[in-house]
Amino acid sequence: MKKILAVLLCMTLSVGLLAGCGSKAATTGTAAADDVIKIGVFEPLTGGSAAGGELEVEGIKLANQMHPEVLGKKVELIIVDNKSDKAESATAVSRLIDQGVVSIIGSWGSGYSIAAGDVIKKAEITAVGTSCTNMMVTKGNDWYFRVCFIDPFQGKIMANYAFTRLGAKTAAIIQEVSNDYSVGLASYFKDEFIRLTGDANSIVEIANYNTGDSDFSGILTNVKAKNPDVIFAPGNFTESAQVVKQGKKLGITAPFIGGDTWETGEFIDVGGADVEGAVFSTFLFDEQAPLNDKAAKFIEEYKKVYPDKTIAAVTALGYDSYIFTLDAIERAGSTDPVAIQKAMASTAGFEGITGTFDITADGDADKDIAAIKEVKNGEFVFKETITLK
Amino acid sequence: MDFPTFFQHLSNGISLGSLYALIAVGYTMVYGILRLINFAHGDIFMMAMYFAFFSITLFHLPWYIAIVVVILITSVLGMLIEAAAYRPLRDAPKTSVLISAIGVSFLLENLATYIFSGKPKSFPEFTYMTSTVQFGPVSVQRVSLLTPVVTLAALAILLYIINRTKLGMAMRAVSKDYETARVMGIKINRVIAATFAIGSGLAAIGAIMWGVKYIRIEPMMGVMPGLKCFIAAVIGGIGNPVGAVLGGFILGMGEVLLVAFISQLTGWRDAFAFVALILVLLIRPTGIMGEKTTEKV
Repeated sequence: MKKILAVLLCMTLSVGLLAGCGSKAATTGTAAADDVIKIGVFEPLTGGSAAGGELEVEGIKLANQMHPEVLGKKVELIIVDNKSDKAESATAVSRLIDQGVVSIIGSWGSGYSIAAGDVIKKAEITAVGTSCTNMMVTKGNDWYFRVCFIDPFQGKIMANYAFTRLGAKTAAIIQEVSNDYSVGLASYFKDEFIRLTGDANSIVEIANYNTGDSDFSGILTNVKAKNPDVIFAPGNFTESAQVVKQGKKLGITAPFIGGDTWETGEFIDVGGADVEGAVFSTFLFDEQAPLNDKAAKFIEEYKKVYPDKTIAAVTALGYDSYIFTLDAIERAGSTDPVAIQKAMASTAGFEGITGTFDITADGDADKDIAAIKEVKNGEFVFKETITLK
Repeated sequence: MDFPTFFQHLSNGISLGSLYALIAVGYTMVYGILRLINFAHGDIFMMAMYFAFFSITLFHLPWYIAIVVVILITSVLGMLIEAAAYRPLRDAPKTSVLISAIGVSFLLENLATYIFSGKPKSFPEFTYMTSTVQFGPVSVQRVSLLTPVVTLAALAILLYIINRTKLGMAMRAVSKDYETARVMGIKINRVIAATFAIGSGLAAIGAIMWGVKYIRIEPMMGVMPGLKCFIAAVIGGIGNPVGAVLGGFILGMGEVLLVAFISQLTGWRDAFAFVALILVLLIRPTGIMGEKTTEKV
């Protein structure tokens, strides 16, 4: 018995020794690979927002395949999972920085981006937001930029849509109270809707729910009793789909409208027939009408990999954020974080596949066009574009 | 508030409450027998929902067979967990078993994330069950009408087992004092395994109803219902099945009525459940139907 133990111990030790050698070899390997530029990506790949993160990673990876080099060096993507969790987001970004990335891309979900913002600011490394639309992502943070429009704009778009297109005089808001994105967007919608109707009481109900809730019957019954013309319910796609579904089951006939997060396959999977006719604002990208040659090329490449999938706007934003990063590194002429930051901040006339834009003083893309999409026969159908100055 | 709205809230509350009740019974049974809060119970509920999802979408079982299969598999899972994580600790301090239960809970959550992926899945829709019936202006889904009936039927069967069968007598004996029960020739491992099987089976029924009604399934979804149902069991008096059902109804109803009457507090409904737990523990630790027991040495 003792002998066997001794042999086992010897084996474990020698294996440990070998493993030590192995890892050492690996480190020298990467150190020698100075010709690689690492770009970090943090996205929700598991948890409640996973479907959104996956769509963006699709776009980022495809962009990397199409444009694998910058400054004559190969670009390596390091993708980490923020687990749809705010605390995990900060950790995920720290891990990226430890691995020596020169810039960061992400994330789907403003809350995760805001949570990572402090780490990014302290580490003085640039980050490019994909579809995080909340004001707080870039505000007061010189290192965070984004390629999408922002919520004050999106809130106005939907308020205008409700007021002019739907002719709504009253609205109810159902918001995901633990989600910065949802609460922010809802408040901009509210301000604009009240301004348009000129009636301070035009928002008849504001109902709250929490991320991960399943039962919305209580709040929906309250909303139904107020009989609003339209219901604005921005939030995570699965919860939103359940809100719409349970609302329909309760006999609510007012249209449900929402924001960009609804554009994921899961929204339709969960909502089924009940989300038919749901309308939401999203980023400008229509695969039937590419904005420029780059967009056409992207659509072509995408269809090679995923022949049957409709391209989500956030996938296109994933592509744009990668190209935006590469463009800044190119113009900076080095991987020095300060130089990249300067290059990003001074971006003007950047031609992305989701539109041409400048970077504002806050670090946002100055986009003034949004797309309106509708769920029709189990698919997202492009409805119209709305421009607001 | 007008009458239709009130009745709508009432029916929402009953339907949510009866789901809580089904899961709470599992907590209370295990506690009654082992004095163990089985924190993995919520995750057994989650696993049952995945079993149902896969038996219908992947193996294309007709729903009436799927229900039986899911209940059986979940019961086996419950027994396996008991045999692997709790039985070896039978004579260890209570805290060790409790920690083991928390371990099992994390294991199941991460296993589910790993195997089924972290992306939410949507439960196949039973259009008959999810379609609504109109009572005047009040609309109720068929599944919501069915749930309280199933819950009460399950409770009746359970009470029959506990009070009228040999297994039930053995359960009661083990719950009073398992050392003595063992001396008297009761095979306590078998009785405890049966308890886990029944509790998990009820969680499976609850899971199927939940899936039909709320559609979404994800690995972490057992956590909140699990905690809520634990609270329901405590409110009713942990260890007492009738109390657990009562507690489930009270909690479900309370949550919905909170939303109905103080709509500004809707974001706080989870907090409400935990405040209720603290209040019950402070004011009446034995719950509504719990008996006062002297601590055994």
